Amino acid sequence: MTSTQYRVIGSRPVRHDGADKVTGKAIYTADTKLPGMLAGFVLRSPHAHAKIVSIDTSEAETTPGVHAVVTGKDFPNVENKMADLGEGSVNLAYLSSNCMAQQKVLYRGHAVAAVAATDVHIAEAAAKKIKVEYEVLDSVTWVLDAMKEDAPLLHADLVTDSMGDKAENPSNIPVHLHFEKGDAGKAFEEADVIVEREFKTATVHQGYIEPHAVVADYNEDGRLKIWTATQGSFTARQQTAEVLQIPLGNVLVTPCEIGGGFGGKITVYLEPTAAILSKKSGRPVRITMTRADVFEASGPTPGSFMRVKIGAKNDGTMIAGEAWLAYDAGAYPGGMIGPGCMCVFSCYDIEHAVVDGYDVCLNKPKTSAYRAPGATQVAFATEQLVDELAAKLGMCELEIRQKNAVKEGSRRVDGPVYPPIGLEECLQAVQNSDHWNTPLEGPNRGRGIAAGFWFGCGLKSSAACTVNSDGTINLLEGSTDIGGSRTSIAMQLAEVLGLEADDINPMVGDTDTAGYTDVTGGSRVTFATGMAAYEAGRDLQQQMKTLAADLWDCSADEITVGEDGSFTGGDKTVGFKELATELFQAGEHLVGRATVSPECPTNGFGAQIADIEVDPETGKVTVLRYTTIQDAGKAIHPSYVEGQLQGGTVQGIGWALNEEYFYKADDTMANASFLDYRMPTMLDVPMIDTIIVETGNPDHPYGVRGVGETPIVPPPAALANAIFNATNTRMTELPMSPPKLWKAMQSNQTSE
Amino acid sequence: MSASKKAHVTTTINGESTDFLCEPRHSLLEVLRDNLGLTGSKEGCNNGNCGACTVLLNGRPVDSCLVLGVEVEGAEIETVEGIACSSNLHPVQQCFLEGAALQCGICTPGFLVASKALLDKDPNASEETIRFDLSGNLCRCTGYDKIVRAVQAAGQQMSAEA
Amino acid sequence: MATVFIPAQLRELSGGVQSVEIEARNVREIVDQLDEMFPGFKDRICTDGNISPSLQVSIDSIMTSRGMIAKVKPQSEVHFIPAIGGG
Repeated sequence: MTSTQYRVIGSRPVRHDGADKVTGKAIYTADTKLPGMLAGFVLRSPHAHAKIVSIDTSEAETTPGVHAVVTGKDFPNVENKMADLGEGSVNLAYLSSNCMAQQKVLYRGHAVAAVAATDVHIAEAAAKKIKVEYEVLDSVTWVLDAMKEDAPLLHADLVTDSMGDKAENPSNIPVHLHFEKGDAGKAFEEADVIVEREFKTATVHQGYIEPHAVVADYNEDGRLKIWTATQGSFTARQQTAEVLQIPLGNVLVTPCEIGGGFGGKITVYLEPTAAILSKKSGRPVRITMTRADVFEASGPTPGSFMRVKIGAKNDGTMIAGEAWLAYDAGAYPGGMIGPGCMCVFSCYDIEHAVVDGYDVCLNKPKTSAYRAPGATQVAFATEQLVDELAAKLGMCELEIRQKNAVKEGSRRVDGPVYPPIGLEECLQAVQNSDHWNTPLEGPNRGRGIAAGFWFGCGLKSSAACTVNSDGTINLLEGSTDIGGSRTSIAMQLAEVLGLEADDINPMVGDTDTAGYTDVTGGSRVTFATGMAAYEAGRDLQQQMKTLAADLWDCSADEITVGEDGSFTGGDKTVGFKELATELFQAGEHLVGRATVSPECPTNGFGAQIADIEVDPETGKVTVLRYTTIQDAGKAIHPSYVEGQLQGGTVQGIGWALNEEYFYKADDTMANASFLDYRMPTMLDVPMIDTIIVETGNPDHPYGVRGVGETPIVPPPAALANAIFNATNTRMTELPMSPPKLWKAMQSNQTSE
Repeated sequence: MSASKKAHVTTTINGESTDFLCEPRHSLLEVLRDNLGLTGSKEGCNNGNCGACTVLLNGRPVDSCLVLGVEVEGAEIETVEGIACSSNLHPVQQCFLEGAALQCGICTPGFLVASKALLDKDPNASEETIRFDLSGNLCRCTGYDKIVRAVQAAGQQMSAEA
Repeated sequence: MATVFIPAQLRELSGGVQSVEIEARNVREIVDQLDEMFPGFKDRICTDGNISPSLQVSIDSIMTSRGMIAKVKPQSEVHFIPAIGGG
């Protein structure tokens, strides 16, 4: 526990952008209106896999009200090369053809053409007059089928890369990963108990309520202005410039308020298309996706097949692990298999382990990150096996986790060792919790627990603070604010300077004004951009010491800054505001700045407890009580930490119990609407109790760890364990929806 | 498809008499956002699944994406822009802010309008009633916990003031 | 001497050796020496002379973005692992 007493950190001020967001004044991308703006509509493939034989746009182009039409031909050729996009890398040729199909469509919803017109209805009607001749090809949407030698090939030139070793023949498997720690084969021979199962999970979507949207305005001088819903304006700028093959400096990206992202608003989909439409028409163009487009043509997160095996000694020590994982990449390479492999045993100190992972292309939209990408799937597998081990050994499921929990010095399966981390503390919090200590009674009821982990990254952030004449501060930063981060960043600056949160006016800048800042993702913003704000505050204090030295006629070394932000020199002690005002009156004006790129993962661990009741007639699961526990390092704004815990948990509950891409026989999605995809409503979930553990992160001035992602990791596993305890039925497939659970319960009864 | 002839519609929006021209196919949501510049009501799905476009039509919450502009002739409409009284936030807005009941904020206008309608009717609504009544509004960020609590807190404040 | 772990997928080059001790100031020197010890090593982890974008280097559990120029201390532990992002 961090014992330092803070004034601002740990309090719960109202967010700076709050009033705008409760009065309807906040401007999201679709609310942006420019003079002469046209509406764009994207025509999309009705087929899962097809060759484009021809596209005839003539009738659309002559439709009254239509100002521009684009197809793949309007996109420049881009090199088949990998570009580092700050957070992960992408093959530019794939990125471009995902924005607009070239010779082939690879999934239903793949963009083939777009129209800009005076009204979206005119654009839509005109787009439907575009004649696309397709030659329909065989398609595949199940990961194991896509791996077969005779599977329909999505990319003729794609070969498997096994860490730089390229296979000879093309396949749908762009990447094979393999990790080994110790000697797993031998360790399994020495194990007293072994558990092994196969698991499947469905493709799921981030489900942000705001559809993707963009406004592009291509000036005659070659300057391209973009307003967009993005988690990262700088990566959106780079991707757009690369796809369009124009200089980076010609592109200005202004991040609007963003209606949710969860990892799904990092890749660009619409920006290049809107830019080309704007260039051709000479007018600004706005495109918003329909909800069906969002499901079918943005970036859901991978479905998976997993086989996991764990061996333990009779005393409960886990000694051997083995995992074979195949994750959907979607239509283009680059899924979430890496972190899947690295997270499968991330919570347990298993001395010997071997993990194989495959990234697999198939006829679904290109997958994207979704909160702890790749980790929820493997936790569903591993955390159930841990329960099974405990049962076989006659141990309590909490005790076996506590016995094997990773701690400082434990080695991950991919090699690195953990610095100080907080899984043991989270499990202790489970043990101490009111929830754990309250017996669950009644028929068809069960309790389950699960642990979870996400790395949390640092990456690059910048902050600049301009001091006003009254000592208040305008804080310019570049992290798009999806959940109150302006305030949690401002609070860190306020703390270091001895100000109140209200004294800071935080502003999310565009790519021309803010210093380079990586995406709002990876659980990094409060950690890294908060650190940048802290350092910018320190920079200000340094400058003020130098200037005050002149004012007070002493040397800068003689001036000290107290923990409350006050400056002391000689017999004088003044607060930040007082000194700032004094300096302003003396003709000085101050701008503090900082750039940071912390490189240490912040290692967010958590554990959750779920109580459920199963309706034996229908297989419907009702969540009765839920507790989410997480090590936040230090909670800057506890309400927003709780909000991350609760929101991530409920997304995980949806993933566990309902959400799924249903594919029809022709490999097209059957449920591309909110009604049919069925995310949790308010009525589907109880209150989500939270317990924030604070172990303090030594790599951050206030001890912050990223919290955004880990909460989605444990729910499917915790609920599966609860379902087992309620029904004696082990669910190995997600979602555990009523028909699937009912069927499993029936076959379980038959086999008993 | 050529644009159809526009209809002239007279209505009251947030207490002000308003008239507009719209095509028969234009939804109330499109009219509010595109014709009248009231972009507080959000489009999340355009088929009545998410509730982000909720407005009050003659006091009843409706998904404005499912109502045609021409249908509101003579009606009274209240949108999120009309909830606050001049410079004072409504208790439900204040409680959403203080209770951190919003994250990205895109669903918030719909929730506020639907919550206000519920609390005007029943300021002491139980958790169960709140969850039932607001289940047509989707939020993907908060897990709903803080929204339910904010609505309860606002209800208490409203009963105390009544 | 830094301890450099050979990724499991490259142990075919190292004859099964799992880690080696290398005297180096930065990642470039490590990669060059590994390539001398185990010919072909550099090709497997580098693209255009830099660490491949799909990989990152972990030095003492820190995921450096500095690639070849990242500093290595005498007692450092070095791994080559897949790059990870987040949501």
